[in-house]
Formats: sequence, structure tokens, C-alpha cells
Amino acid sequence: MIKNISNLGDAALYCDFGTEVNKEVNNKVIRYFKSIQKENIDGINNLTPSYNKLIISFDIRKKNFQTIKKLIENLDVINDDILESKKIKIPVCCDEKFSLDIIRLEKKLKINRDKIYEKFFGKELFCYMTGFIAGMPFLGDLENELRANRLETPRVKVPKGSVGLTEQFANVYSFESPGGWNIIGNTPSVIFNSSKENNPNLINPGDAVTFEQITKDQYNNYNE
Amino acid sequence: MQSPLSKLQKTNTTITMNKNYFEIKRAGINTTFQDQGRSNLYHIGIPFSGAMDNRNFQISNKLVGNETNSPVIEFAYQGPLLKYFGDKIKCAIAGDVKFIIKKNDNDIEGDCYKSFTLENGDEIDIMTTNKSVYGYLAISGEFNLEYQWSSCSINTKANIGSNNGKRLEDAQKIYISKINKNLNDKKLNYINTKIEKIRVIKGTNFNYFSDEGKNFFFDKEFIVSKLSDRMGMRLNGPQIENIVDTNIKSEGLIKGVIQVPADGNPIIMLSDHGTIGGYPKIGVVISADYDKLVQLAPGSKIKFQEVELSSAETLFKLYDLETQKLISQI
Repeated sequence: MIKNISNLGDAALYCDFGTEVNKEVNNKVIRYFKSIQKENIDGINNLTPSYNKLIISFDIRKKNFQTIKKLIENLDVINDDILESKKIKIPVCCDEKFSLDIIRLEKKLKINRDKIYEKFFGKELFCYMTGFIAGMPFLGDLENELRANRLETPRVKVPKGSVGLTEQFANVYSFESPGGWNIIGNTPSVIFNSSKENNPNLINPGDAVTFEQITKDQYNNYNE
Repeated sequence: MQSPLSKLQKTNTTITMNKNYFEIKRAGINTTFQDQGRSNLYHIGIPFSGAMDNRNFQISNKLVGNETNSPVIEFAYQGPLLKYFGDKIKCAIAGDVKFIIKKNDNDIEGDCYKSFTLENGDEIDIMTTNKSVYGYLAISGEFNLEYQWSSCSINTKANIGSNNGKRLEDAQKIYISKINKNLNDKKLNYINTKIEKIRVIKGTNFNYFSDEGKNFFFDKEFIVSKLSDRMGMRLNGPQIENIVDTNIKSEGLIKGVIQVPADGNPIIMLSDHGTIGGYPKIGVVISADYDKLVQLAPGSKIKFQEVELSSAETLFKLYDLETQKLISQI
């Protein structure tokens, strides 16, 4: 299933699942990721699944590229139906103080905001991966009419909770961070909670996420 | 998983809490607690963190008789000015650091790689890391710290680790929960050498760059920019031209990866890096050269040299043996 395994530096494997980005490819990545996690292989110290790649980092004191590569090539990969997938609803307020790029987006997409909301809210999206900053989910796929490029000049600070769109993906800024996605609203949900050591991320790869629009009042009185 | 409570219970028999502490009179530029860092969290967006210069981190601990991966205070450029209150304690500083120990009205020039004793009312003024970036202050004992995912390392980006995940600030106190007594003074003869070339393995997108760009990368000098911190090191130099695509589908990063965004200036991922990135990877710094890389201050020159994977593995073994040898000499 992995098309090619190469080395990324001297302490990581770069597992390439092809160039396509879709659920099927990503599902293979996630299956490998969960299978390796389950094996608990001594020396592997990190796994980074993404759309169509999996990076396996190892402790160079304990293992080397060739030994890990053999282990991965001979791995028993778990089946589709064992994968857990949660359904998660994320409330989003699109009040003007939160929807930083809605005007820009209306121009880019050549449709008005009501149409944008109609195509965005209530549609089930799939979590391809989490990361960049702690807990940030990369969700897809957006309808064709919603696909826009990143900002020409990224913001130095995107507020925590911002919900952004770029190309076929949506994300949620789990922390204030630099970033270039088109921001359409803000969620009061806690996306990353470091006090939950076993499960700090609200959204994990494979989960199904639906955004739901809420009013400013609902936002202000939001209670988990 | 070690909770702060279990830590307290473990040490409570030998000490009285909060009796021994440092008061921070000046926090310094980027002063944090660091240990070996945390692993197996890239998939949720959390990097390793941990001490940037692993060799000096381990040496600082050995100089005060600690386990080599015990938490220490890491500082960058200008370090903290600390006033000590409590029972006698041994400390040591590793790195290329200029510091002064103030006892009453006496200023004593500090020596790196040599343990020293602090008494109630003494101060340590860590003035500068000279021409390097990071230095380490270890105490013979334990700081009173909170752990997250088995590490107290502070990750200021996600506010993870001890001190609520924030860098140390002026006027706060650093409590010491345990002091090891009857420790002999220790020292090490060691000089941090400058590295002339940073050795690199070609990255997975090496062929995204023009022939001229590839040649520039291995032939020309780059300068470390001021926009460098625990997350990454930005370089200035000849622009490396991309002839394929200036973006890739976002994928995982590891420390040492050299990304080249559209502007053609390389960025090297360091210990607190974002776990996912979308810029092409021209190379990866080998593990053996990481400690020296992070010590290159803004304005330093860097030249990259290509090595194969097998050489990188051998070079790491040599680096590791040398580190173990230094530690065993203490």
C-alpha cells in the first residue's frame, strides 16, 4: 500500500502513499499509523500521518533506517472496519468581529455570504490529520464553490478558535498562531485541552466533523 | 505518567517545601525549564521540545551529580539574574557563558563546566552566552515542576509543560523541592568548538530546485537571521530557485528539516517546530550536527555539506561516543 519508503534525514522514514489527496488514500495512511501505534515498536518515537504521507521518527541510538524499514514492510496492517470514527459538531459564530475574511472570500469565490454559509454549514467533513499547532484539525473536502487560495500575505496572529478555509480544506486554530487561511468565523469549543493527557484533541484523524452556525448570544453563553 | 503530586510525595521526606528558592530579578531573553522533551505526540501537533543543545544539557546535569536528563534552566543570549534563598546548594553552568557569582559584595567571575556553591543571599548573574545561543544552569537536586506527558519542558507555543507553558518572568520564584547534600565539586575540561560545515542529507523535494539553486545550497554561505528561535532558524543568502512548486501538500516535519518557501530563503526546523508544513524540503541536518547548529547565533555563517545516510549514521555514533566519554570524565 505504501508506494515508496525513503529516508528523511538519518532518523526518520518517509512513507509515500502517492500524490492524490482523498479519503481512500488518507484512510490507508491512518491504518498504517494506528497499526504501528498498536505494535509499540521500541525505538520509534513519533508518527506523523498527513493527507498522503506518514513520517516515522526513530531514536537513532536504538534503531536505524534499514531496521525500521524492514519492520514497516512486514507489518500487519489493521482492517478498515476496526477504525474508530467519532461524529463531532463544531458551533461557529460568524459575527463580523470573527469573520475576518468573509468580504475577501465573497470576492474570491464570487458568491455572497449566505451562499457560503449554506455550502459550508451542516456538511460532514472528514479529518485528514491534526498538527502544525497542537490539536489543529485539517478537514475536507469542501464543495468546489468554496475553494479559495490562502491569503497573499499571511496574518501574524490568527485568533484562537478561528475557523478557516483554504482550497478543499477547513481548519480550526486551536491557539493564536500565524496563518494564512480565510477566516469565516470563530468557535467557542475547546479544540485542544492539555490537561487531558490521554486525549487532548477534540478532533482526531478519521473523525467526521460538521460545523453549525450559532448566533452571537449562543456564542457568548456557550457551555461545553 | 508522572503527576506533580507523585513528584511531591517522592521528595517530601527529605525537604521542607518552598524553603529553598531563586527569586528572578531579571528573567533574560528566553529562559525556560527543559529536560529530554516529550515523544510520540507529533500526530496531535506537539513537537519534542526539550533542551536544544543536548550535549551541554547532559553535561550540566552530570556536573551537579544528577541524572543526565533531569530538568535544567535553559537560557538564550542574555540569561537570568537570580537571587538564591535557602540552604547551601551546588550549581553548574554548561555552554559558552559569561556569568558572575555575587557573594555579599564580592563579584566572582564564573567558570563554565565547574560546579560552584550558592549560599543564602548569593546571586548568579548570567550575562551572555558570548557568541553562542544556549546555556544551561543545573542545580544539585530538583526544581519543583509540573510535568505534562512525562516532561517539564516548556513549549511556549502551545503553553505546555511547567510554569503553565510560559517562559520565566521577572519577579517570579523558582522553588527547589530537593537538595542533594555532600556533593564533591566536579569539573570538566571542555571547549565548545565552532562548526565549519553543517552536514546535510538531501531532502525529499531536492529536485524541486533549479540546478543553480542546488549548487548554491551546497557551495555558498548562508547567514543566520535574527528571526530565529526555538522553533526555527531562518537563513539569508543566495535565493534558491524553485522550478516545480513552491508548496507541497502539507506533511510531517522533523527537527533539522530545511524547508525553502517561495522567497527562496531556507528555514531550518528546530526543537519547538510546527509538526506539519507545506514548503518543499531541500535537506535535513544530520543528527550529529544538531547541537552545534542550534548554537549558531544570528549573523553566523553556515555552509552546508552533503553526506549520505550511511556516513550520517557513523557520524552520529562518533558524536554519541564523544558525548558519553565527556560525561564519564566528570
